[in-house]
Amino acid sequence: MLSRTADHLFWMARYIERAENTARVLDITHKTSLLPDDTEGAETHLWYAPLNISGCAEIYLAKHKLVEAESVNRFIALDPDNPASIYTSLMLARENARSVRGAITSEMWESINATWLEMNRMMPTIGQDCPTCFFDWVKERSHLFRGVTLGTMLKDDALNFIRLGTFLERADNTARILDVKYHILLPRIQDVGGAADYYQWGALLRSVSAFEAYRKVYRDVITPQRVAELLILRADMPRSLHACLNEVETTLDIINGISGRESRRQAGELHAALHFARIEDITQQGLHEYLTEFLEKIDLLGQEIRAGYLARREEFAPLPMQKMLMQVQ
Amino acid sequence: MDEITSPTPATLIFDEMYTSAGAARHHYQDIARQLFSLPLDALAQKQREAEMLFRRLGITFAVYGEAAGAERLIPFDIVPRVFGSKEWARLELGLKQRVTALNAFLHDIYHEQNIIKAGIIPAHQVLANKLYCKEMQGVDLPNQVYAHIAGIDLVRVSENDFYVLEDNLRTPSGVSYMLENRRTMMRLFPDLFAAHAVAPVEHYPQMLLDSLREAASPYVSDPVIVVMTPGAYNSAYFEHAFLASQMGVELVEGKDLFVHDDKVYMHTTEGPQQVHVIYRRVDDDFLDPTVFNPNSTLGVPGLMKAYRLGNVALANAVGTGVADDKSTYLYVPAMIEFYLGEKPILSNVPTWQLEKEDDLRYVLAHLPELVVKEVQGSGGYGMLVGPTSTPQEIAAYRLRILAEPANFIAQPTLALSTCPTLVDAGIAPRHVDLRPFVLSGKEIRLAPGGLTRVALAEGSLIVNSSQGGGTKDTWVLED
Repeated sequence: MLSRTADHLFWMARYIERAENTARVLDITHKTSLLPDDTEGAETHLWYAPLNISGCAEIYLAKHKLVEAESVNRFIALDPDNPASIYTSLMLARENARSVRGAITSEMWESINATWLEMNRMMPTIGQDCPTCFFDWVKERSHLFRGVTLGTMLKDDALNFIRLGTFLERADNTARILDVKYHILLPRIQDVGGAADYYQWGALLRSVSAFEAYRKVYRDVITPQRVAELLILRADMPRSLHACLNEVETTLDIINGISGRESRRQAGELHAALHFARIEDITQQGLHEYLTEFLEKIDLLGQEIRAGYLARREEFAPLPMQKMLMQVQ
Repeated sequence: MDEITSPTPATLIFDEMYTSAGAARHHYQDIARQLFSLPLDALAQKQREAEMLFRRLGITFAVYGEAAGAERLIPFDIVPRVFGSKEWARLELGLKQRVTALNAFLHDIYHEQNIIKAGIIPAHQVLANKLYCKEMQGVDLPNQVYAHIAGIDLVRVSENDFYVLEDNLRTPSGVSYMLENRRTMMRLFPDLFAAHAVAPVEHYPQMLLDSLREAASPYVSDPVIVVMTPGAYNSAYFEHAFLASQMGVELVEGKDLFVHDDKVYMHTTEGPQQVHVIYRRVDDDFLDPTVFNPNSTLGVPGLMKAYRLGNVALANAVGTGVADDKSTYLYVPAMIEFYLGEKPILSNVPTWQLEKEDDLRYVLAHLPELVVKEVQGSGGYGMLVGPTSTPQEIAAYRLRILAEPANFIAQPTLALSTCPTLVDAGIAPRHVDLRPFVLSGKEIRLAPGGLTRVALAEGSLIVNSSQGGGTKDTWVLED
């Protein structure tokens, strides 16, 4: 297929997936904020995380003085000036789809176009009555789009590049969520098993739709190490790094042609590492270090895929995460 | 295109649906009864549903001069314009005849030039025309077809009188609206379609694909076909994407193509792939910066050479503009007689050529009654509609004419037919025209119908979408 078409499809999928994951992060941050916490700076601590995850903390701080719920929410959900906002992601997803309307089914176009039109219609009232309704809506639209895609598209390379975009972005996003949340939660480990702790880790799991999966797999209290294992190493957990790399590797395998040899090698290497890794080794190395390295490799893989298959155009790669986590107090 | 407010009394204007006595015409009777049995607010509700559908489907166009990426809907009217099978059959014959002659003319003027030698059309009219493309001389095209896709603009002034206003032989657009209008009507009024045998138009993309296949060199057994667009901000981008997807071919931009060894390739994820037929919606001037406009970033360097060598086919061919030029238009009836030995079935609008002294004198004396157009203008821009212009506008236009008379033609103001249309005040007659799309390959193909454009303002004759025109679904009833 046309390189430029593949490029647009790849980014269309990434932006949709990014919008969904951003909504998940905001949703869970909001739910966590409902939990009583009278520590000084708790709100800043909590609401800095989503800025950090999406890599837009600097842009935010250039615009706003305080890190507080209302303005972080608006900035990440709706601000057109924020390249990582849900608004911007949905716009770019739709722009990419529009550029290759001929390569997607009319149902897909109708779905992504309706999402964009609805987004604009809702803009003035979002968050007024039901703060989390919007996040649910974004997730639903993303689910719907993925369903329409799988239900209507010919299983050819066009679909393969969409899948590639989806799982590369998801691997990136899950790693970010885990990294940031893990750091926020770890200082509280002293009261392992306490109600608050249970809720916090539960929230992290819920943010990646992994709460029920955790229950089924471990049938035990929620421990940080098991959460990390579930989200990194379990191949049967649909948003885990291992599962995403499974998809990336098999998809690269079935794409026609030989232009992607290097990306195949890299994906295979990443996948194999996840396949044979043990969580004990990862925590010993340091989860943050492990995830930072993973994010760098995913980024390299993304670049390699572009070099091998796609036209060279300027696109918004996800902003890098802030290197230093903001210190509270 | 076109315009014209008519001084003709309302009773003399032909209405598509009603006779002058106020009765619905035979082929409209059941449709009018069924459609207008709905109360007005139900019709208005249908109209809103149609708009919602169009917006959801993203059937939009960009208007030049507005912010980049701004998208607008072309207003859609839910009252269909209907042809009986007999009147359509005659139109179809006339259209095929006209397009056959135009293709024969194009082949002739780029080869033997018999029509010039026979004295039917003056040499300077062809060879000195800015749109005559010397690079095309002696280039042989499969089936001798130049205008693979032609959009012929027709107006009706009475039961049996259709006039051709314009032949569009370069990159005529609008066919996606013909198809989407039908799809929308079928969603909104399934009962109407159940009760009437409306000839389908949905197979147009297949016919187009067949015609494009036939445009390929006969030595290629399974030609790779692409649609070439100037890009997502072009006003007709929706249509380019639509046609590519309906035909199942790639939609490319100039930057997706390159020429190697005089063959055209596209960049694909599997490496370069050769392209055999380009349905291009890019003007001649922008096709190849090494031959035409050197500043073009839309084109492909080397394309023209590959084309001349027969390694790639372009639809439409380069250099068709010389045949749809408004000054060449005058000679189309003569072409039909010269090449086909037949009498023209469709008439031309009587036209004065202002380069002729007698014509110029007459026109200058009658400006307030006439329509004056630039020879190479299009889109309804740069024209004078005498009856609706102020004395100042007419005086200013007179100066433009006198500066370069050969650049203008004039025509009488036509009484375009009307068709009932849903407007704010209810159902009211509005002026319409028709653009059928004629495809040429090994044979000539034509979907029954076309794009009916309607001037939505009362009394207005300007149907251009860029100037407030809307569209209607066009039905041809089968017996």
